[in-house]
Amino acid sequence: MAHAEGERYFRRFDRYNRGLHLALMISFLGLAATGLPLLFSGVPWAARLSRLFGGFETAGVLHRIFAVVMLTTFALHVGRLLVRIVARGENLLWGPSSMVPQPRDVHEFVGHVRWFLRRGPRPAFDHFTYWEKFDYWAVFWGMAIIGGSGLMLWFPELFARVLPGTAFNVALLVHGEEALLAVGFIFTIHFFNGHFRPEKFPMDPVIFTGVVPEEELRDERPGEYDRLRREGRLESLIAAAPTPGMRRYGYIVGGLALTTGVFLLVLILRAVFY
Amino acid sequence: MRTRWLALILWAWTCAAVVPPARAQSPTPPPNDDCLACHGDPSTTRADGRSVAVAPESFAKSVHGTLDMACVDCHADLAKTTEFPHPDRLAPVNCATCHEDAVKAFDASVHAAARQGSGSTGATCVDCHGMHDILPKSDPQSRTYHLNVAATCERCHTASAGKGAKPVGSAFEDSIHGQALKRAGLLVAPNCASCHGAHEIRTKDDPKSRVFRTTVIGTCTACHAGIKPQYDSSVHGQAAAAGNKMAPVCSDCHTAHSITAVDADRWQLAIIRECGTCHEQSLRTYRDTFHGKVTELGFTRVAKCSDCHGAHGILPASNPQSLISPERRLTTCQKCHAGANENFAQYDPHADPHDRERNPVLHGMSIFMQVLLAGVFTFFGMHTLLWFPRSWQARRARRHRDEPPPDANPPADAAAGEE
Repeated sequence: MAHAEGERYFRRFDRYNRGLHLALMISFLGLAATGLPLLFSGVPWAARLSRLFGGFETAGVLHRIFAVVMLTTFALHVGRLLVRIVARGENLLWGPSSMVPQPRDVHEFVGHVRWFLRRGPRPAFDHFTYWEKFDYWAVFWGMAIIGGSGLMLWFPELFARVLPGTAFNVALLVHGEEALLAVGFIFTIHFFNGHFRPEKFPMDPVIFTGVVPEEELRDERPGEYDRLRREGRLESLIAAAPTPGMRRYGYIVGGLALTTGVFLLVLILRAVFY
Repeated sequence: MRTRWLALILWAWTCAAVVPPARAQSPTPPPNDDCLACHGDPSTTRADGRSVAVAPESFAKSVHGTLDMACVDCHADLAKTTEFPHPDRLAPVNCATCHEDAVKAFDASVHAAARQGSGSTGATCVDCHGMHDILPKSDPQSRTYHLNVAATCERCHTASAGKGAKPVGSAFEDSIHGQALKRAGLLVAPNCASCHGAHEIRTKDDPKSRVFRTTVIGTCTACHAGIKPQYDSSVHGQAAAAGNKMAPVCSDCHTAHSITAVDADRWQLAIIRECGTCHEQSLRTYRDTFHGKVTELGFTRVAKCSDCHGAHGILPASNPQSLISPERRLTTCQKCHAGANENFAQYDPHADPHDRERNPVLHGMSIFMQVLLAGVFTFFGMHTLLWFPRSWQARRARRHRDEPPPDANPPADAAAGEE
């Protein structure tokens, strides 16, 4: 997407959050690639993929390393949230900068569906849309369910001191099914919402470059654009245009991640409809 | 007086045993040298051109040659012949004249039966023992020497030989028994005859066969004696003894000819599927577990059926001696999971999410997960399908706005797409 020379850019994601997304993305793909062979152990590609990682033991070690990276990423995110809310007194629990679901999300969802059906105008989305909030809380849910069950399966002898043996039956089932939900959701819905829908296709590099061109901000988040202008804060968010190197990095890393995800999605679909 | 009679009778018996009756019947039996005058010449042929040469030195070394037997002892109809050269067609040699028991056993065999049918050529004495060069089976050069038997049988029992013989081919040669014979040269390793018998070989469907389903247990445990008490007391052994045709015998798990060492990965993985041919439900639920998935991927360093249930001495969980009985289960888990406790051992290694009675919590969670997955994908699937055409229009509208077309007349629907 070529943008006009001299166009203004606005900051959307800071360096810290982009770093967290990168770590989350790499660990997520790593966990998916090393975990899916076990989930679909009965299909031919599963054994091949498992051997590619050096067998189930090595794949298991890699799976645990990626899990530690992901849990660390999660901890760093929650830690920073606490610092921003408690120490700096930022208002992240309500309002447009908050990920907390609010009545406006319901209105925007209804409005969005009405727009799908040509029954009304496109909602004036603000900083975070309802589908972005769903993605965000899905990670929280997944982190608790998949992470928790994963730790149980990693240290069964430790957890068996307090939990009954049948808890591990449930943990194994939930770990696999939730993981299927997570990878299936990310590789279809998140990919479409964030990258593959025609307005963004082939991808939106904002999560890698951190900045969004003015025209895009005005088009897609008019609520935020107007609010920032009203509050006189728009100018304070102006950022330098992404350098060619930054842009290239975004497209290469993002493209690789999207390709890996779609490849794994094809494997899953082959296994499910095998 | 009485002792003299006894000695006479004894002498008569000895003569009867050592001296073949054919010789006794002929007053002037032709000596072997007379026969070899013609048959000793390697170029001697019959009228139809077939060689009838006999190598004198190989006959001399044979078991019959070392007993100083005469040609006419076997070719009995020539004992009375005086006209030479004798006719082309002679009566077939009857080995039973001396080897009565062996031939009687052979007559009951699958080889003899095959000769009754048309077109099939089951092996006879000479096919396995040779003809003029027969050596005792104690001789390492003999076709029937312990280490040579497999090669002798494989002359017919290969895929290429045909003749109605079932191919065994490399299956036995590559097996642990075949390798023990061929590579390790072990006389204690079984050859074909050890399991099938030598003269009285019967098909495995024949209840009198040494490899018939229930009989084969005794055939195997003739060597594997230590396994017998374990198997006999196991659920499988008990069922087999009670006449249950579904009960597995040695060859069901270990195969017949392709028996491999039990530490071979390929066999360890195959035996899981073998157990599952009867225990279908158990295999299905096993495949849902980490153990079952890892073995399905082709790795063996996790629990397989026999690691928890045992192999030859499998007992039902209700038996306190069973490896999976409530009394012993924890010890069984601890073989791999050293730190396991009582809670750990309550894990259900064959849990079935479809079985509400057996695994109520798992059943509930399974339904919850299915509803969650179906709900999320249905909801967002529809969301995406509805969004796609509108997003497409939005993209086109933006392009039109960026680069106004020459006629400056944007499509009506794209314009409607903008707020």
